[in-house]
Amino acid sequence: MSALAAAADLSGSGGPGFLSPTGAEVAFVLIGLVVLGSALLVVTTKQIVHAALWLVVTLGGLAAEYLLLTAEFIAWVQVLIYIGAVVVLLLFGLMLTRAPIGRSAELDSASKWPALLVAGAAAATLLTVVVDAFHAAYLDLGETGDGSARVTGESLFRVWVLPFEVLSVLLLAALIGAIILSRSRGDDADRRR
Amino acid sequence: MTLFEVLVRLVLVLLCFLVLPLVIGQTEHKVMGHMQARVGPIYAGGFHGWAQLVADGVKFAQKEDVVPAGADRRVFRLAPAVALIPYMVVLIAIPLGPGDLVGRSIDAGVFFVLAVMGVGVLGSLMAGWASANKFSLLGALRTAAQLMAYELPMLLAAASVAMAAGTLSLTGILGEWQWWWLPWQAVGAVVFFTAGLAELQRPPFDMPVADSEIIFGAYTEYTGLRFALFLLAEYAGILVLCALTTVLFLGGWHGPWSGDVGWLWTLLKTGLLAFVVIWLRVSYPRLREDQLQKLAWTGLIPLALGQLVLTGIVRVATA
Repeated sequence: MSALAAAADLSGSGGPGFLSPTGAEVAFVLIGLVVLGSALLVVTTKQIVHAALWLVVTLGGLAAEYLLLTAEFIAWVQVLIYIGAVVVLLLFGLMLTRAPIGRSAELDSASKWPALLVAGAAAATLLTVVVDAFHAAYLDLGETGDGSARVTGESLFRVWVLPFEVLSVLLLAALIGAIILSRSRGDDADRRR
Repeated sequence: MTLFEVLVRLVLVLLCFLVLPLVIGQTEHKVMGHMQARVGPIYAGGFHGWAQLVADGVKFAQKEDVVPAGADRRVFRLAPAVALIPYMVVLIAIPLGPGDLVGRSIDAGVFFVLAVMGVGVLGSLMAGWASANKFSLLGALRTAAQLMAYELPMLLAAASVAMAAGTLSLTGILGEWQWWWLPWQAVGAVVFFTAGLAELQRPPFDMPVADSEIIFGAYTEYTGLRFALFLLAEYAGILVLCALTTVLFLGGWHGPWSGDVGWLWTLLKTGLLAFVVIWLRVSYPRLREDQLQKLAWTGLIPLALGQLVLTGIVRVATA
């Protein structure tokens, strides 16, 4: 909480007004609109492979937003992991099972209204929290922003090393779980034989 | 850096991107022609068949651009660009010589090049799916399966060099480089280069395009210039992989008189590696997809992890 409070204190210094945005700020908003639009297309398109490809645009746009916030390292990790690996695996899974060209009618989910409700509530909560915490706080990225690999690494392995290690244990557990799941299915097949 | 300087740098990088892959392509024709005693590639125009590349260009340009009736037209047309453009973007970050002889020095350079290179795979997947052809779909499936084999060892090997240099920047790594890094990082170099060959779908790891099994995989339905763009992406990929291996493991511009002719050393080492890539194509049979997985997970990854441990030990001992 103290970090948030400290950030909120910055709001006292004000910053430039909304009516004279810099080029980077305009680009940030425009890319944000692209991200939002493509994210909507991911869930509304009737062609399942197109949904995965729109997801590439969404994730790539997010990487561009990170870049504009000078978080260079995070941006390239986003591209490497999400576009280079996750979406490729998603497409792999789709193609292995069923990926028809053209519209498929059965893509609609029966639970789309509850899903919309949950998504809307989560977005509203996040928005409220962020706005409440930062108000009109303005960080001049030219002076304070430094998302280089060195700074990110130092804060990750000095300040946040415990959450980092906990996450790695979680990932290890998931990895072992995946191995056990895939192996036990093989045993079942052996037994049936 | 003024706007004019930025433009000049971008134009120079674009020039490299347009010329060097063609040089590699031409070299492949000649080397394969001589190694396998083929008449075709060393006939056109007389002297070692110098005109073959021109003839190929004319052939591609005059072919009809066909899109299959059942294809997803937009994705089908977009795929070659998605496959090609990442390699062009990567070239910006690769240093050619000492000092400022680089398109743009990027702080997280190693991550940048590996991340952007990885996007190119999407082009093959899009092409394979959108072609509405079973062979193409098989090719795309093999491409994606291959990714699971090469991505991890490649990243681990690159991480070892970044650990040795204490920086992720490609210019920074070359600034720290010493001659004894050659034996020190040798295992990592082999792992990186082998995994890179699998990423480029070059023999012996060309099962996603295997022309004798699945008729060039994802590119079966492509003709004319779009097909030529995929071929160009392959040669640009060879250029990027060889240049990266040079910069990360072979010391880039380091060499005698590197102050004056550093860029020549980079090009020479890159060219030598490109020759090895071509040489492997004419001398090794194709592996199966499962054999690559076995090679990667039981061979390359343990080797890369061993290299990481070795790097860490030496780094701590000499610190």
